[in-house]
Amino acid sequence: MSVAATTAREVTTSSVATGKSRDRSVGSLAFLGALWFSLFFGVMVLVVLILDTAITGAPRFDGALITDYSSRVRPESTGFRAGILGSLWLMLFTALFAVPLGIAAALYLEEFSDGNRWWNRFIELNLQNLAAVPAIVYGLLAVAVMAFMGFQRTGIVLGGAIALALLILPVIIITTREAVRAVPQEIRQGSLALGATVWQTTWRQTLPSAVPGIATGTILGLSRAIGEAAPLIIVGLATGVRFDPEGLLSEITALPMQIFSLTSQSQEDFQTAASAAIVVLLVMILGLNALAIFIRNKFQRSW
Amino acid sequence: MSIKPATATAGAPSAADPSGFAAVHGEADRQLADVPPDPVMEAYKLNVYYGDFHAVHDVNLTFGKNEITALIGPSGCGKSTVLRCLNRMNDLVTGARVEGEVNYHGQNIYAKNVDPIAVRTHIGMVFQKPNPFPKSIYDNIAYGPRVTGMKVDDMDELVEQALRGAALWDEVKDKLKQSAYGLSGGQQQRLCIARTIATRPDVILMDEPCSALDPIATSRVEDLMLELRSDYTIIIVTHNMQQAARVSDRTAFFTARPDETTGNRTGLLVEFDQTRNIFSNPHDKRTEDYISGRFG
Repeated sequence: MSVAATTAREVTTSSVATGKSRDRSVGSLAFLGALWFSLFFGVMVLVVLILDTAITGAPRFDGALITDYSSRVRPESTGFRAGILGSLWLMLFTALFAVPLGIAAALYLEEFSDGNRWWNRFIELNLQNLAAVPAIVYGLLAVAVMAFMGFQRTGIVLGGAIALALLILPVIIITTREAVRAVPQEIRQGSLALGATVWQTTWRQTLPSAVPGIATGTILGLSRAIGEAAPLIIVGLATGVRFDPEGLLSEITALPMQIFSLTSQSQEDFQTAASAAIVVLLVMILGLNALAIFIRNKFQRSW
Repeated sequence: MSIKPATATAGAPSAADPSGFAAVHGEADRQLADVPPDPVMEAYKLNVYYGDFHAVHDVNLTFGKNEITALIGPSGCGKSTVLRCLNRMNDLVTGARVEGEVNYHGQNIYAKNVDPIAVRTHIGMVFQKPNPFPKSIYDNIAYGPRVTGMKVDDMDELVEQALRGAALWDEVKDKLKQSAYGLSGGQQQRLCIARTIATRPDVILMDEPCSALDPIATSRVEDLMLELRSDYTIIIVTHNMQQAARVSDRTAFFTARPDETTGNRTGLLVEFDQTRNIFSNPHDKRTEDYISGRFG
């Protein structure tokens, strides 16, 4: 054995088998501790908040909470039937308005537009900005749209749905574009090389492959919309509605609006009812998110 | 005329014949005219630009009916670009511009009144990476006829014909309704060939169709090309010189010439001849260097 080989082995042994790990030095451990603390703090605040709300609302986890209308004279049995139904109706029409528009806009931007044109770049830039616009602005926009269409009363299903649809439109467009972009270029080329048109390729190849991504993005958008109160306040949704929604033009309220109005009441029973309603709203949102996760996992495609 | 199928071993190069050309073609090779007697496609003064970048310079080529033409050359020599011009797939590249003519049965496919969609139904294309659609095997084949509005009396029969034509029927006949993604890479590529012939094209373009396949799958696709030659005109881009020698009747050798000022490499056609001449008796020094492995 040569001298060089022996030396090399000694060097290697002593420099590797040091008996300690630099990953467990004081600095590394302190940093790890800080990360853990941040995580713990963030999660704990959320857990405490939810638990506190649930405990406060616990006495009102009864049937009347979801089957009865709101009542000012009997605070101990006030219900959120109108709000829950109103929110569900709003979600339905928000999705009906926003999903086709959003998908169409995204498909135009991804599949048809020439990204080098200034107006397409201008639209793209503004889409990013729109996603960051405060929700209340969309309420104002919806009022303007309603006035433009000649409606005097704006606190109806149509007005609320327009506000929420405008609110989640940028989210749907952005997530749809991402889902569409994830479809490999080879699939489009394969289709076009067979003599399909761009439209056929989009409709029969790209869009079906992007559906899971689009559905996930849409549901996450809706779960944001269902918790919004600010744009609905601007639109002028009432809180004391005591009838079920009947159509696009029927006056409604929404769950977050009812919660908002009850929390400003002084009676203890109203506070309890509001907490219980928050739990109902959370369950609706978590349900939507769970559906999104389910769709993503079930239909996820690996190329 | 009998065609001796190429096998993986037959193309092994020997000292006397580094390309392995004679080992495959030998006496079974077809007698070809110097110039394709029955040209299906013709590129005339073809120039391609991507924005300001001059990608291909003045290419003149003639593709004969029922012949296999191979386009070979080092990376960046523009051979794939030329191939994509032949069915207007370059239209889909932003900023691409084509000058000159590509004549298909005498009709310039870059003329104003030509529909690129119609061009692609006559001139099919198989890509480098197998790209089956995320559908069943059956629907992969039926897709082309459906979107092009082809009149089909019996789709089942057409699917069977296409799969038999691509030598895939026996392997997949019991799982036509299953996803094409369950097939092996070689099977997927033959499915893509079947999908292309289902639309009854005239010309099939293949862009390095075997570069993602193992040697056995490659040899099957090569056998298939030789079978398809009796019905179709095939133009193939390949990086594999043995493959060009094994399957093609004529070979076009491209190279890249750097621009003196910008350093951008422009592709140009060096030599176009019968494959046997390109591999055994090239006229151009650059072809000889490339074939013998001295460059590229």
